[in-house]
Amino acid sequence: MPKIWTIVDKEWAEVFKNRLVLFTVIFMPILFTALPLLMVAIGGSQADIGDVTDLPASYQEMCGDLTGSACFTLMMVNQFLLLFMMMPLIIPVTIAAYSIVGEKTTHCLEPLLATPITTAELLIGKSLAALIPGVLVTWLSFGVFAVISYMLVQSPELLRRILDPMWIIAIGLVGPLLALAGINVTLMVSSRVSDPRTAEQVSMMLVLPLLGIFFAQIVGVLMVNAQIMQLAAIVLVAIDAGLVSLGVRVFQRETILTKWK
Amino acid sequence: MIHTENLTKKFGDRTAVEALTLDVREGEVFGFLGPNGAGKTTTVRMLTTLIGPTSGTAVVNGFRVGQNDTDIRRCTGILTETPGMYDRLSAEKNLTIFANLYEVADVKGQVEKYLRLLGLWDRRADLVGNFSKGMKQKLAICRALLHEPALVFLDEPTSGLDPEAARLVRDFIEEIKTQGRTIFLCTHNLDEADRLCDRIGVMKQRLITVDTPTNLRQKLYGRKVVFHLRQADDALLARVRALPFIKDAQRVDNKLVLGLDDPETHNPVLVRLLVEAGADIQFVGELRHSLEDVYLSLVGSTDKAD
Repeated sequence: MPKIWTIVDKEWAEVFKNRLVLFTVIFMPILFTALPLLMVAIGGSQADIGDVTDLPASYQEMCGDLTGSACFTLMMVNQFLLLFMMMPLIIPVTIAAYSIVGEKTTHCLEPLLATPITTAELLIGKSLAALIPGVLVTWLSFGVFAVISYMLVQSPELLRRILDPMWIIAIGLVGPLLALAGINVTLMVSSRVSDPRTAEQVSMMLVLPLLGIFFAQIVGVLMVNAQIMQLAAIVLVAIDAGLVSLGVRVFQRETILTKWK
Repeated sequence: MIHTENLTKKFGDRTAVEALTLDVREGEVFGFLGPNGAGKTTTVRMLTTLIGPTSGTAVVNGFRVGQNDTDIRRCTGILTETPGMYDRLSAEKNLTIFANLYEVADVKGQVEKYLRLLGLWDRRADLVGNFSKGMKQKLAICRALLHEPALVFLDEPTSGLDPEAARLVRDFIEEIKTQGRTIFLCTHNLDEADRLCDRIGVMKQRLITVDTPTNLRQKLYGRKVVFHLRQADDALLARVRALPFIKDAQRVDNKLVLGLDDPETHNPVLVRLLVEAGADIQFVGELRHSLEDVYLSLVGSTDKAD
């Protein structure tokens, strides 16, 4: 464990001096928290836009006895709450992208691998260094969103639905599991490419399924609910276990040192 | 300290190191010479367990490569050919990270010790990115020694350094040699190898030879002594040539260049003979071939053989 925390400490000391990473860690949470809050604020200031029956059928079912205006606000806020699931993916991927490839470009990988650290310790250290900030920032941002929503939303029923337990599962569990999958893929990519940006771009493909859900919700094809989140959590636990094991196996010290120039 | 037996490394069809059988003794500075691509760095990587051998065996400080890799990493230090440092971190932070990874008991004390030893203590809080190449090299040497390894691998330690920094690094290598550590030194700088190494191995995919620098010279060129005279002529040369222990003799202006197996024994005899023959001896010296001559001769001969 001490070696793992040494790697975490090293990664944080180094990576947060990288302007791009720092910008991503600071700017994105502000933006991603502001957008749903804006929806809450706009929804609160709107006069009643009419009946719930004016909205798509899937929303009518979700809104129940909410007014049309409240239901519209809920619909808009729910779209943007998905951003809280992207946040723990994008931030760690940005950090992890610089991980192995960064060691290679600075020629630090060889002396690092010459220490008595095991491959598992190295990869766990790098994973935690990327995962912890992403998850903490997401939880903090969601906390800020919840507190401000509590102050802005007048209707207790609307507030209860905005802060649905589904989002606690999504942000508290699915987000970190998604982040872990993203980090493992990024570390694998990072150990095989020669440029951090390439690693980041390849790994960012993982955001695509989330974007798909985002747009599917907008057009009313799919409604994210607690069952979907629970299923996603179970599937992600299996995927993560496989990726962690695969990551340790595909991290070939020799290949990385001898084939990468 | 190091024992290898037919150690071989292949990358696909290419053989980087072929059947290397080598012994490096405890406490010696062993120079490892060879042209670019000769397999020096590959050998170091195998011995530091960074890469695995294709065949053969290697034992480092009593631990078998491939079986006790973590133990080997604990007791060896390495200065890589391009020793990267974390440029965004301070010198002290860089060393602290590696001291922790090497499980050093007194991290703070060891970091301070080596920063002071190499004159970097006053710059400990500065970012390494602002350091000169020489300072980075010194810091990398600190990193290789933090855990007090019994065996240190130095791959081109003075490459690219200005003469002053190179000298400082060489002096430091001599200092750590006096501490009884074994040093495995890969270098292209033959003058450096000549000055620092107890024995030298010349490598070109396979090991060509291993010996002390003096013996290598003697094996290839024998020993030659030069007598500087006020006046030399062919009659004098003929008298010298007649001596049974003279292997070869030449006159170059007023100098006699004589090939001898044992100058320490035969020089007094020669001095007496020349004085009796009326020669005025101005001074006597041994003609040393540079290690470069030896190296080029050895590497060149394998080129012809290939």
